[in-house]
Amino acid sequence: MASPRADAPSKIILSASDLHRVVDRIAHQILEKTSGATGTVLLGIPTRGVPLAQRLAARIHAFEGIDVPVGSLDITLYRDDLRLHATRALGKTELPGGGIDGRRVVLVDDVLFSGRTVRAALDALNDEGRPSSVQLAVLVDRGHRQLPIRADYVGKNIPTSLSESVRVSLTESDGLDEVKLTGGEDQ
Amino acid sequence: MIKHLRSAADLDAPTATLILDTAGEMAALAGREVKKLPTLRGRTVVNLFYEDSTRTRISFEAAAKRLSADVINFSAKGSSVSKGESLKDTALTLQAMGADAVVIRHPASGAPHRLAAWVDGSVVNAGDGTHEHPTQALLDAYTMRSRLGRIDGLKVAIVGDVLHSRVARSNVLLLTTLGAQVTLVGPPTLIPVDIAAALSPATKVSYDLDSVLPDMDVVMMLRVQTERMQDSFFPSAREYSRRYGLDLARMRKLPEHAIVMHPGPMNRGMEITPEVADSSRSTIVEQVANGVSARMAVLYLLLGGKA
Repeated sequence: MASPRADAPSKIILSASDLHRVVDRIAHQILEKTSGATGTVLLGIPTRGVPLAQRLAARIHAFEGIDVPVGSLDITLYRDDLRLHATRALGKTELPGGGIDGRRVVLVDDVLFSGRTVRAALDALNDEGRPSSVQLAVLVDRGHRQLPIRADYVGKNIPTSLSESVRVSLTESDGLDEVKLTGGEDQ
Repeated sequence: MIKHLRSAADLDAPTATLILDTAGEMAALAGREVKKLPTLRGRTVVNLFYEDSTRTRISFEAAAKRLSADVINFSAKGSSVSKGESLKDTALTLQAMGADAVVIRHPASGAPHRLAAWVDGSVVNAGDGTHEHPTQALLDAYTMRSRLGRIDGLKVAIVGDVLHSRVARSNVLLLTTLGAQVTLVGPPTLIPVDIAAALSPATKVSYDLDSVLPDMDVVMMLRVQTERMQDSFFPSAREYSRRYGLDLARMRKLPEHAIVMHPGPMNRGMEITPEVADSSRSTIVEQVANGVSARMAVLYLLLGGKA
């Protein structure tokens, strides 16, 4: 991903309250599409997918009093671009008790872009067990897919140019809730 | 990340910690049904073993295979080495075959350093003479951290044949880097006079095992390496065992939480009694399992990124 210059213009796409409303809506949609989230597991993709998955679980609990198991799935060892970058540190993989066999897994990530992360996540999932089905929830879909992958739950569709970059900040990792679009002035 | 792992001194504290953290993730993956990862697909790892080894070679082989690397095992016996081929010519052969990493065990101290000059790939020292064995130190440090929760501030006694021990050297270097306080214990004939100063000034030396034990968090027993001993370093095995062997009576002098380690292979009855080796404080079997995770971490960090 091209990172724009520090002084590049930036635009806030989702403010903190927008972001909270979006998470609430996705939580409702998950409940609706999975008939009350039975047999469902939320797996966040590190780093920012993990707090998002936890927030979704917390909202689902607040709305319907259901405890949805949450875990994390690190995909680093399954990436197809490992040789293009310096070695990456690994994130945590923590599957909830009971595993994923026969359950509906909802993968959670912050930004859906090329689709390669999701492909790696599907491969990783395949080695962890055999879910009955897999769905994808993302906060932002910025387009430019390189693989035939789509999300089941999308917080916000943001049309972008390739020179732009989408920055998701979450309180848990960055101290504030916000989605920003930066760069792209020379397009 | 570094390119080679020739010495534990190649690792600074952040790099060593990264390897231990990575080993932790690898260990978590070892618990699942499909242990194989696609990460090093298409990479070739050569195990170049000029010395006998069971656990280290198998451990490196398992680690490379779990990461999907192609593994070529080469042992000096039954190869052109027995026809007199030099290390350099063997290295050039490996180079021509396109080895991405060479894991080398060699009876000559410094062989991995020479090898690194002749091949383009990464070189991993799996034990060179009486010099170093850095992946053993990493798996030992990992074992300490998983049993005791930390390494910084731990008091560690390394006991026995320090003179011939590459495990001791690598452990002193790595543990000191990570903030542990190491004491070398053994008969004066098996502890080189200047070794503590040469490895790290913070290292202590003691010739009396009993006085050291009550203060330790970890005691690591070393194998008495009779195959490397040309002179007699102690009067008899019995006397060595009486003064420096770890038996139940000595183990009781350790604090409640302390662990007993041994890099293997053990001389049961010599440096460690069977009751101690098989006790719940002993981490000897754990160390072998952790060896695979630690070596997976090393191979991933050396080979996983852009060359």
